[in-house]
Amino acid sequence: MSNVLNLTSVEKSFGGLKVIDNVSFNVKKGSRTALIGPNGAGKTTIFNLLSGIYEVDSGNISLDNNDITQIPARKRINIGMSRSFQNIRLMPHLSTIENVMLGQHHLANSARENFFPLGLIKTNKWAKLAEQSLIEAGLDTYPGQVVSELPYGVQKRIEVVRALVSNPKLLLLDEPAAGLNSTETKELQILLEKASSSGTTLLVVEHDMNFVRNLCQHVVVLNFGRKIFEGTPDEVSRDPQVLEAYLGGNDNNAS
Amino acid sequence: MSAYMTGIIIILCLNIIIAYSVFLPAAAGQLNLGAAGFMIIGAYTDAYLSSADEGLGLPIALTIPVAALFTGLVGFLMSFPILRTRGVYMILATFAFAEIVAGIVLNMEIVGGASGFPVTTHTELEVLLPVTVVVVLFGFYLISTRFGLSMRSIHDDENVSLLFGVNTHLVKVGAFTIGAFLGGLAGALYGHQFDYIEVQNWGILFSIYVLLYVLIGGTQTPWGPLVGAMFFTFIPEILRAIGDATGIELFTELRFAAFGVIIVGMMVLRPEGIMTRTFLELLFRKSIPKSNIKLS
Repeated sequence: MSNVLNLTSVEKSFGGLKVIDNVSFNVKKGSRTALIGPNGAGKTTIFNLLSGIYEVDSGNISLDNNDITQIPARKRINIGMSRSFQNIRLMPHLSTIENVMLGQHHLANSARENFFPLGLIKTNKWAKLAEQSLIEAGLDTYPGQVVSELPYGVQKRIEVVRALVSNPKLLLLDEPAAGLNSTETKELQILLEKASSSGTTLLVVEHDMNFVRNLCQHVVVLNFGRKIFEGTPDEVSRDPQVLEAYLGGNDNNAS
Repeated sequence: MSAYMTGIIIILCLNIIIAYSVFLPAAAGQLNLGAAGFMIIGAYTDAYLSSADEGLGLPIALTIPVAALFTGLVGFLMSFPILRTRGVYMILATFAFAEIVAGIVLNMEIVGGASGFPVTTHTELEVLLPVTVVVVLFGFYLISTRFGLSMRSIHDDENVSLLFGVNTHLVKVGAFTIGAFLGGLAGALYGHQFDYIEVQNWGILFSIYVLLYVLIGGTQTPWGPLVGAMFFTFIPEILRAIGDATGIELFTELRFAAFGVIIVGMMVLRPEGIMTRTFLELLFRKSIPKSNIKLS
């Protein structure tokens, strides 16, 4: 199986603080990979480097064996990378369906599509596609509602749908299950498994280890900006270095 | 129709056009206090091109569009420095722009300087009214397009819009430029209604009023500027009518104080403007499935 994403010796510093230190890992095409680590390990920084919000200091990132290190953030959705956010970043004043339509933007970015009155002719193909994706995600009861009025768990899943409708090769999910109850987590898992089975590669940052174990086959563990372990979920929970990172080492002087 | 009513409708139409000129940038998150500047550029360009005595005497079918396009061009060029600023700094930058325009025109002898400039071609509502209708329809159309969707996403979250492939800079420049075009259009039409233009008509107070039309009306939907302009045009007149009928001092001499209280009241009661999306949904009940209506 080939890799969809390669990180090679990626480094990033903020001032004198090295936040990402020589991190390399690969994500296999079609896989469901988790990126875990204690708070402040650099998981979200990795996501921001991948989506182009930050520039890497050294090393490189490639998608489908093409170096994308220099590609600006706006163009990265065109080459097949889409993401959700740790804190909900839906557009609060837009309706559910309009938020999903924003996810389609790069597929419809011609002058003709930009000036077609989507809101006046409601039976257009983009609205239908967006509605279809909402139905598939079990969110079809809210298409016209302004998202700021919807429950947290629903907003969280709309964000995933918005990222999915851009047809990404690689979907980056930053704590998709955070704050969800068990029913909502289960629904999210079904949604992600469906996306995965249709060929989208998932890279998930998540603290909920049960969710990670149920969803992912491969786990990368970061601590203080370094990769400390890589393996299956079962191996991870047995690895002494990982346990030390989460629970503290035997030789700590806490007492 | 009485001359009084005609006068009100003329002012309403001009207010609506200038409201859309500030609304379109506002829908993309830009607070524009430069309405006066665009109005001046439009009015003077049109007046100079169309005036028979001191200008070039061209037909208004040509001069009004040219004046609006020229104002749009100025807006396009100004958008590059102005869009580098945000929030309250953008308010200051656009205000400074309007003051500079006023200062330049005041010192241009070719258009009469401080003594103003006569406009020789007079029109009645036959030009203004259809243009206003077209501007309103254009506002609704533009907001309904994907371009409008991009504008509104930038208003909510510029960085996320960028990550979804929206060319945020182009959309922001576009919204600002179209706003400037409509401002110039309002200025050009003004001259042909009142036959005389002077820079003193368009000071800071004018720009503040126009921004208030939009903020009180609401920036979320294209209904906002329409309702806001109507609110600001009709309420003082209604207060005047009440004052004339009853003789109560609050509605006669203190009419504008009463109006001020109403504005403050609107800001407290409807901080996101009169026409919010939720309010429109309540009005039309178009998209809330019954199961989602909370029974409390």
